[in-house]
Amino acid sequence: MNAPAYNFAYLDEQTKRMIRRAILKAIAIPGYQVPFASREMPMPYGWGTGGVQVTAAILGPADVLKVIDQGSDDTTNAISIRKFFAKTAGVATTTATEDATVIQTRHRIPETALSENQVLVYQVPIPEPLRFLEPRETETRRMHALAEYGLMHVKLYEDIARFGHIATAYAYPVKVNARYVMDPSPTPKFDNPKMDNCPALQLFGAGREKRIYAIPPYTKVVSLDFEDHPFEPYRFNAPCALCGAENSYLDEIVTDDKGSRMFVCSDTDYCEGRQAAGHHGSESAAPYKEKAQGGTNG
Amino acid sequence: MVDQAALENDHPLLVATSLSKSFGRIAACRDVSFALYPGEVLAIVGESGSGKSTLLQLLSGQLAASAGHVSYRMRDGVARDLATLGEAERRFLYRTDWGFVHQDPAQGLRMAVSAGANVGERLMAVGWNHYGRIRETASDWLTRVEIDTARIDDAPRTYSGGMRQRLQIARNLVTEPRLVFMDEPTGGLDVSVQARLLDLLRSLVAELNLAVVIVTHDLAVARLLSHRVMVMKGGRVIETGLTDQVLDDPREPYTQLLVSSILPP
Repeated sequence: MNAPAYNFAYLDEQTKRMIRRAILKAIAIPGYQVPFASREMPMPYGWGTGGVQVTAAILGPADVLKVIDQGSDDTTNAISIRKFFAKTAGVATTTATEDATVIQTRHRIPETALSENQVLVYQVPIPEPLRFLEPRETETRRMHALAEYGLMHVKLYEDIARFGHIATAYAYPVKVNARYVMDPSPTPKFDNPKMDNCPALQLFGAGREKRIYAIPPYTKVVSLDFEDHPFEPYRFNAPCALCGAENSYLDEIVTDDKGSRMFVCSDTDYCEGRQAAGHHGSESAAPYKEKAQGGTNG
Repeated sequence: MVDQAALENDHPLLVATSLSKSFGRIAACRDVSFALYPGEVLAIVGESGSGKSTLLQLLSGQLAASAGHVSYRMRDGVARDLATLGEAERRFLYRTDWGFVHQDPAQGLRMAVSAGANVGERLMAVGWNHYGRIRETASDWLTRVEIDTARIDDAPRTYSGGMRQRLQIARNLVTEPRLVFMDEPTGGLDVSVQARLLDLLRSLVAELNLAVVIVTHDLAVARLLSHRVMVMKGGRVIETGLTDQVLDDPREPYTQLLVSSILPP
């Protein structure tokens, strides 16, 4: 093969050093948004330019990379980013959560529990949790500095006043290490409890907004709530139609124009793993058979 | 027995000592000194450009004075110079012990969130964490300022001007402050709404033993609400005294002009 046309993992070494400094600062101050000099990446904003830069900065030749988009390993976004690093860094890639050392994710945390030797990199569109309540960035920074977070509860109050319960279903604000209020990126609030006391390092990169923040391993992460309206993770009340899982986060898939739908695990790797282990759900007949036939042929 | 409350009232709450502020060559405020006691309402009157609003900003710590200082007696009884307070302390004071009623309610309210949340915001900022209690307190305050509690979930942009102003007052008073600054609270309201608002303010001030600094160009407002009046012209206080004394028997030519320019009813 020809000599690589790019530096290892696309970004030049000085840029990676700059990003690593921002990451170290972010780890030192859990939940604090560290500004960094975000670069143009060969993809549009909104496709994960922040996450890609963080991944590029921490990736080593021995790492195994997994990329997920809304829980799925096989969407355009996930495949493109996986291929991007396979090409520019030559690292091994995988779809299995337990085999990966670096997992870049958009809007989900894997169902399989993470371990100490893993890093989870989130793609973040809007890092500022107070943005929609206080549009002035100068003011929100001051509010973070002085830990004035009453406004965050105003949002939750509005939810209850309007809908009778806290209707925020994703990007649910959390307090990290009893200090900074943080936007956990648009993950469903189902995933919030997984952030608490997680053995893996969690890094958040926002490319357009030029911010990096982090949750170090084993850090306390608390979802904000009211005493009389406690935080509750939300899940569709159904088993997965393919693997029968009762405790995973589900996607709702509309199957015709007559109102039929099926619920399947949003984490495709978790779902496939369960199916391979012999679990199956109400709709799993065809792919289950296919796999079984494949097994006899091979 | 010594009456503790009466003893409290003997010490001034806010003391301004030779306050001055200049913007370049323009002296907006020159050598203003006064003391404000708990439960006292002080009106600052004068024509536009006389330095009233600058003085209000100096008193409330939003502007740094060029000379002189303001001291405020905190809840623990210790008088502190506002200039020496840290930003965190000043902002805390702002949302607990002080209130600020703006002329334009849009400046003092969050127009996009419901009335209940507007009133509850200060409570949540000081750590209230029980939805039911916050809502109960908010609806209690809406009743006190004569807003129909059925509208607790409506955003203030659906409110009339008078209701917005009353909502702003409720939002400021919910933490039971001891000192409230008001900048033309009745400006832009029609006379009947003004009269109701003044009525409401007068009863709340008496009920809560509030100290108020009210800036107005409307002498009728000063007469109705305040105990004392300061007349300003060209950045200086030219006359000060009890309200009825100043308004019924003005000494300075400028005050005489001001009083005589009110249209007879």
